[in-house]
Amino acid sequence: MKVYDLIILGGGPAGITAAIYAARKKLDFLVITLDVGGQAAWSGDIENYTGYQFITGPDLALKFQEHMDVFGIAVKNPERAVDVYKEGDLVKIKTDLGEYCAKSAIIATGKRPRPLSVPGESEFKNKGVTYCAICDGPIYKSKDVLVVGGGNSALDAVIALARICPKVHVVNMTESLTADAVMVEAVTVLPNVVVHNDTRVKAIYGEAFVSGVVLKKNGKEEDIKVEGVFIEIGLIPNSNFASRLKANEHNEIIVDCNNNTSLSGIFAAGDVTNVAEKQIIIACGEGAKACLAAASYLVRKKW
Amino acid sequence: MNIKIYSTQTCPYCHMAKDYLKAKNIPFVNVDVATDAQGLEEMRKVSGQMGVPVIVIDNEVIVGFNKPKIDSLISK
Repeated sequence: MKVYDLIILGGGPAGITAAIYAARKKLDFLVITLDVGGQAAWSGDIENYTGYQFITGPDLALKFQEHMDVFGIAVKNPERAVDVYKEGDLVKIKTDLGEYCAKSAIIATGKRPRPLSVPGESEFKNKGVTYCAICDGPIYKSKDVLVVGGGNSALDAVIALARICPKVHVVNMTESLTADAVMVEAVTVLPNVVVHNDTRVKAIYGEAFVSGVVLKKNGKEEDIKVEGVFIEIGLIPNSNFASRLKANEHNEIIVDCNNNTSLSGIFAAGDVTNVAEKQIIIACGEGAKACLAAASYLVRKKW
Repeated sequence: MNIKIYSTQTCPYCHMAKDYLKAKNIPFVNVDVATDAQGLEEMRKVSGQMGVPVIVIDNEVIVGFNKPKIDSLISK
């Protein structure tokens, strides 16, 4: 089996930045990912990425892709890592399509939307159930929809959907919406938005596509007819495949300030780690750090 | 070869898929399902779902921007 210098798992801001650094270091490396752009690709408006006063998530993802293309980087996409472990000094990576071997690895697999875990959710995924209001919102024009969640990303979705949908229901587990006050205010004045506080989704139902949702509030059930269900209840790290590495209580891979994980030669970067803040620019910086750490690890090991 | 891409303006992978074909000089028909209700209905029928992009190459349906699958169909 070919032994790469480095394998990078993930193609979001952290993974792409690591790849650009690896290309400039002329490492023999490979990127394995499910997409290019990661969470940046489905972010809305970005106004805090240095050098861009304003750019949309999709546009920034395209810029990342273009930057990577300059170096002709080898990318396996889409391919999903299922296990990563050490065999002697080498790192072995198993994916849904094959097996790889490298002297070092960077895990930058990011986070994914937290599932609601109710009956009907997985059955109707992309058949009315969606986790990306930015991408899929326009498809639900002129249809009644429901957003699950009460935080900033949920209310972002609500405000966007209220412009194109006759009625938008918001289902929020807690007593009041938890988003920033400005967002809550903006939502409360919208005439076609109905907020259901202290409420849970019990089930999502339909035939070929979603036709409704059963809500539970104060022990009582309510049936609401909607064709779209947008789930915006936060994110969870894509770290299940890396269960041999130490993680914190949120399943984030624990790294030190040089991006070392609990196994030598395996580094991690970005939102999948316990790094203090989850921001695109921080993920990029962490990806750069992880690649530089991997490069000096290769030198130290005299490989 | 007939290629149709069902897409929206806001979906990043739709843009990537279209740019990919453009870079290869492969012509395709774009259907914006956010504005074209009939196109949306057509997409639901051929793919059985509502996620974009849906790429139809002759009679093969690809859901999502799956580069290896696109490559294998356009190289036929």
